[in-house]
Amino acid sequence: MPSWSNVRADFPALNQNVGGKPLVYLDNAATTQRPQAVIDALDRFYRHDNANVHRGLHALSMRATDAYEGARARVAKFLNAAAPEEIVFTRGTTESINLVAGSWATANLRPGDAILLTEAEHHSNLVPWQLAAKRTGASLRFVPVLGDEGRLDLAALDRLLTKEVKLFAFTHVSNTLGTINPAAELCAKARKVGAISVVDAAQSVGHLPLDVRALGCDFLAFSGHKRGGPTGIGGLYGRRELLDAMPPWQGGGGMINHVDWQESRWKPSPERHEAGTPNIADAIALGAACDYLDALGRDKIAAHDRELAELAYERLSRLPGIRLLGPARGRSSLVSFAFSDIHAHDIVTFADEDGVALRGGHHCNQPLMRKLGLTGTTRASFYVYNTAQEIEVLAASLERILRFFR
Amino acid sequence: MSDLADLYQQVILDHNKRPRNRGRLPTANRVAHGDNPTCGDQCNVYLRLDGDRIAEISFDGSGCAISQASASLMTTQLKGRTAAEAAKLYESFHHIVTTGQAPDEISDLAAFAGVHAFPARIKCATLGWHAALNALKGDAAAATTETHND
Repeated sequence: MPSWSNVRADFPALNQNVGGKPLVYLDNAATTQRPQAVIDALDRFYRHDNANVHRGLHALSMRATDAYEGARARVAKFLNAAAPEEIVFTRGTTESINLVAGSWATANLRPGDAILLTEAEHHSNLVPWQLAAKRTGASLRFVPVLGDEGRLDLAALDRLLTKEVKLFAFTHVSNTLGTINPAAELCAKARKVGAISVVDAAQSVGHLPLDVRALGCDFLAFSGHKRGGPTGIGGLYGRRELLDAMPPWQGGGGMINHVDWQESRWKPSPERHEAGTPNIADAIALGAACDYLDALGRDKIAAHDRELAELAYERLSRLPGIRLLGPARGRSSLVSFAFSDIHAHDIVTFADEDGVALRGGHHCNQPLMRKLGLTGTTRASFYVYNTAQEIEVLAASLERILRFFR
Repeated sequence: MSDLADLYQQVILDHNKRPRNRGRLPTANRVAHGDNPTCGDQCNVYLRLDGDRIAEISFDGSGCAISQASASLMTTQLKGRTAAEAAKLYESFHHIVTTGQAPDEISDLAAFAGVHAFPARIKCATLGWHAALNALKGDAAAATTETHND
């Protein structure tokens, strides 16, 4: 059972020096570290239960199938989905969004229809819709974000969300701004005009308590690796009647009921949308990550993340010439900032010398960067194992960089 | 810190703070754009070719200290050179940033020798050069460091 007092000790990769300094890992919005419990789950599966799932009649295959389907049930419970069948395992958020864009959007959108997005979307929640719009003749609309605070322009949203909008896809938490969008309110507005809602939860799942039924979303896309799970595994939550009505987006083994020379019949969801051998081991380890996070308590994780992000915002705001993005309070677990005279990549290179892992650049938000008149920002992002003391190390490193370049 | 001090030499910091030949060249008869999609770094190089010789050169764009300083220093090195001389100089420069070894006769560009310890930054240092070489070839299409790998 993990506890806050030894949470750092649960993550073996944190226990190292970089360039002779203790690692201060602040690139969690890109990917978090993994707790030992997740590494153990992978190790255990490959050592003891490794076999392909489904249709297998031998002991190991049955064990692997039970563990894989158990992980699906675990993830469903983590998100409070109504049934395990509402979870489709994918490679991650990007693939989940592409699944909805490739299947639901292709089957349901027509010329004259509109897809509504926001200006704060990661490329993974923008480019798939550009492709879908090209295929179907639908158009794209964007809810503006307001200034550096990055809140959505809700008045503009009401003007944009007309009956032509068939799908509204938006990020729950902005990976660049740290803004938390009012997801339940946005889903309710979409529902009112008969639009399907798609929540990009890459930055919120495992950070904020998340309940798909309370949100009232139709689809929710998430990754495992941004909250302690392995890379290469994530999922799509979809309301069951939607998933069961959608055509397959990939064909192959495991997704069919009957195959003939000319055509085939599909299984219901989730198998319909999981052609081929799935990522069994990583799905099982994702289940272990759910256990780990729930033992810590997701409301406590959210409070810890917010406390650190607000502390960082306040501390960094004292640096001369800094431009901080996102709101000062009530923000998610990251701070994103820029200096007019020092480029993000120079900052990241320097901070690395102090053992501080940051990310600099456009954060897969090129159109938003252009709107804000920025070529990039530096981002520090936090998770369960980060401390107030590490924010002081970050601030000291930034102060050294400012002295060097000015 | 010693690797970093090597990377951010005084010459580089100076060119970053006070870039030479920065801005659009009104008399340019060749222009090329360079672009580093991973970083978002951008660089335009403007040339006025007099026959085969670079009579005037300037750059503009945005990016890290390494990319901006490198483009600035490059303009000071390329002015008055022929296309063949420019290509040869780039070869030397590429050797310097990938190996850290600078031949004796090349003094100014040697400031970039420290880049070799930071492989991810090599394309920052070469961005302006790619654009300049494309401009010399008369190829206005974007030089992207993703396809010209380094």
